Amino acid sequence: MPRVSLTVNGKAVTADVESRTLLVQFLRENLRLTGTHVGCDTSQCGCCVVHVDGRAVKSCTILVQQAEGADVKTIESLAVGDTLHPMQEAFRQNHGLQCGFCTPGMIMTAVDLVARKGHDLDDKTIREELEGNLCRCTGYHNIVKSIAAGAKAMAATTTAQAAE
Amino acid sequence: MSATGIGAAVRRKEDYRFITGKGQYTDDISRPGQTHIHFLRSPHAHAKITSIDTASAKTMPGVLAVLTGADLAGDKIGNLICGWMIHSKDGTPMKMAPHPAIAHGKACYAGDPVAVVIAETLGQARDAAEKIEVDYEVLPAVVDPAKTQEAGAPQIHEVAPQNTIFQWHLGEAAAVDAAFASAKHVTKLDIVNNRLVPNAMEPRAAIGEYDSGTQNFTLWNTTQNPHVARLVIAAFVGMAPEHKLRVIAPDVGGGFGSKIFIYPEEVVCLWASKKVGRPVKWVCERAEAFLADAHGRDHVTHAELAFGEGGKMTALRAKTIANLGAYMSTFSSSIPTYLYATLLSGQYDLPAIYCEVDAVYTNTVPVDAYRGAGRPEATFVVERLVEVAARELHMDPVELRRKNFVKSFPHQTPVIMNYDVGDYDASMRKAMEIADVNGFAARRREAEKRGKLRGLGYSTYIEACGIAPSQAVGSLGAGVGLWESAEVRVNPTGSVEVLTGSHSHGQGHETTFAQLVSERLGIPIENVSIVHGDTDKVQFGMGTYGSRSGAVGMSAIVKALEKVEAKAKKVASHLMEAAESDIVFKDGQFTVAGTDKSAAWADVALHAYIAHKFTGAQLEPGLKEGAFYDPTNFTFPAGCHICEVEIDPETGSTTIVGWTAVDDFGTIINPMIVEGQVHGGIAQGVGQALMENAVYDKDGQLMSGSFMDYSMPRAENLPPLKIDTTVTPCPGNPLGIKGCGEAGAIAAPAAVINAITDAIRTENLAMPATAPAVWAAVRAAAPALAAE
Ligand code: FES
Ligand code: FES
Repeated sequence: MPRVSLTVNGKAVTADVESRTLLVQFLRENLRLTGTHVGCDTSQCGCCVVHVDGRAVKSCTILVQQAEGADVKTIESLAVGDTLHPMQEAFRQNHGLQCGFCTPGMIMTAVDLVARKGHDLDDKTIREELEGNLCRCTGYHNIVKSIAAGAKAMAATTTAQAAE
Repeated sequence: MSATGIGAAVRRKEDYRFITGKGQYTDDISRPGQTHIHFLRSPHAHAKITSIDTASAKTMPGVLAVLTGADLAGDKIGNLICGWMIHSKDGTPMKMAPHPAIAHGKACYAGDPVAVVIAETLGQARDAAEKIEVDYEVLPAVVDPAKTQEAGAPQIHEVAPQNTIFQWHLGEAAAVDAAFASAKHVTKLDIVNNRLVPNAMEPRAAIGEYDSGTQNFTLWNTTQNPHVARLVIAAFVGMAPEHKLRVIAPDVGGGFGSKIFIYPEEVVCLWASKKVGRPVKWVCERAEAFLADAHGRDHVTHAELAFGEGGKMTALRAKTIANLGAYMSTFSSSIPTYLYATLLSGQYDLPAIYCEVDAVYTNTVPVDAYRGAGRPEATFVVERLVEVAARELHMDPVELRRKNFVKSFPHQTPVIMNYDVGDYDASMRKAMEIADVNGFAARRREAEKRGKLRGLGYSTYIEACGIAPSQAVGSLGAGVGLWESAEVRVNPTGSVEVLTGSHSHGQGHETTFAQLVSERLGIPIENVSIVHGDTDKVQFGMGTYGSRSGAVGMSAIVKALEKVEAKAKKVASHLMEAAESDIVFKDGQFTVAGTDKSAAWADVALHAYIAHKFTGAQLEPGLKEGAFYDPTNFTFPAGCHICEVEIDPETGSTTIVGWTAVDDFGTIINPMIVEGQVHGGIAQGVGQALMENAVYDKDGQLMSGSFMDYSMPRAENLPPLKIDTTVTPCPGNPLGIKGCGEAGAIAAPAAVINAITDAIRTENLAMPATAPAVWAAVRAAAPALAAE
């Protein structure tokens, strides 16, 4: 069995895996990080989105071996202690989730979106950027609202950190 | 209104675990020593299974067992059942064919399980399944509900000649015929209500576990109603006595009806766990979900609406063929009958209605309830008829509706339902204002200048929720009662646990139910927790579907709270040495009328348990009460949705440019959650109208079997939604709640199709109205335009 080494949520991990192991399986089954979900088998739903070296990736589309040496971040890494990430808080404040199954992928996608497109996101941009994420519960209305609010809140946090 | 009480937009208590990735869905649970199961499914829609050779599969690495339908039958595991008896018009009972959890002798749809492999890892189970040799004798298949009753069509089950399950009817045929004979105008429509795949984002999953020491079974399962699952698996499938089977529904990632039913996979996981002596886990893959989850809708209908003078509706008749798939799923018989034909009166004062429904078998996966279940189909029939009639009669669709609305209540329809309360015109007026209907003509002209076609469509829907009075549904064939239970447990420190038979899979009960308790007991919402989804904790419950958790589930909590309050007053009277009749309870404080004596809620709770102030002869210690609530009627949420579309005639592509919904849900506990429910329902209704379609080819192969070819609504397909409400409190339950979970899915399809047909000026358009379909309709309606 091949051996893989990578960093997940700041911790170095090394494991022997079957070569067909997907990154999402590795996260869920080997590391028991079950916040990353599997909603499809055709890379269509985005429930499995994580960050690999700072970019949003559908963790069902790559083998864990392809993440050799990478820095992987999952939904479990966003909150610092009891303090939620501004995007998490925005989802809660704006009722951006119902059953919660798509939510980790939505939040990870949203954080990446802000990193790429900035803090001032209009409705159209957000909807276009969500093309890889499915939600069956919310009709997207409140997800779009959450992401716009979360993006703004992230700007405030960044400014506050810079001022410190 | 307090900040956390009834009517407040309280942020959800359950969200923290979901946004931090700490939810516990069935697939997130790992049992010590668990094994994995793979279902080998029939690739043929209809085939005799002549032999199954499992010998080489059994020798594959990691394999613990390979089991077939013969093994299941050998162990006397019973069939899956449909729990609602429907009789045909000739009095004969529905023809329920045997439905074994693993096909035995014959496979009836592509995806019917034929064997299972249990192995140490899922990969090993899959690899071994490839070594199973099944010999099939392929039989001709039938998938089209309109063709399955034809002479010469393949016969699927011996018990059901012509593949006909029942031929049912409702209403007065003679009265309807008379009204049609004297009608001034008749509008006729042929409607196909397209077949849908529910596709909750969390695929179904199950873990079965058998404890040989206690002989107890445990099932973790993605279910909307764990107690009903336990009852059916115990009493009908015969897996274990009810008290030896525990069913746990942990966090469930959406249901929309598809997780109500008792499916083969959970039965097999339980059975296999005893056979291999270890827990057996199954997680459905999406491709498998398309094949194996119960689908929704799939009706073929001819409907006619008769009018007298001046646009007054006089009668409606409909003939529907409902596809129930290859086997009868748990509640499948009730959907195209008592949840469909009973709503054909819509919001209208219709003197006569007659509906005939043939339910049929086809070689497709079973069809059962999907968000709205029967009511979207009924609404689509009624609201399309009304809109088309208005165009034929050259009347304003608003005026035609208004003229025919039910205006006095209670109102008895010709199809069982007794509408208790409503103000349909109020919702329509408000919606028209928000949608700026007055400005539509100008918007249409402006669009025309850009070469675009603009249309406006209405849907004034009604639904029956809060199912339902047990005696009434019993007389209609239901095998169960449809009450709900609640138990309120007060702890010695005054915090409260509420055990409910309702089940939350996204609806936010942990918040809304706690709001009710917080308001009634005057305690902080943080001090209340809601317990659900475990048959070992909650004694019994009927689960969540049909927008029943507010109207029925919360009513049960109200009843239990009343008993708790009565008992607490007795405790308070001993504590404060006053007459029980003088105790007043308000805002979490007990006071003695006319004195300054008072005791806080927590003091009284503590004294209920320490029992120092009363003797056992005077009062039982403790503070815990339960209640069962059986509703007295259905509830009738209703409202008006207005959809505005813009169509590019060159491509046929439709953009929804505006959506307004004004709904009357009665009392609202949490407006934020209610809006969310409406948003989600609209998205599913828009999906049905514009994109979603489960298509089988003539051999019974599912052509739309993944998210690549079954088009799900994405963020870009939906506009921002304008949501508002009007309120007529429901008189039938203590809180005045009607229910909101399905409204959007019920209202939306007709609103979309009415808008598109308004834009393209032809009624000849089926769902889903994809770009090619709209393009073809435009071309067919205006050949001259096409020639240009
Ligand atoms: S699980 Fe659906 S995209 Fe990865
Ligand atoms: S919240 Fe349920 S799928 Fe998005």
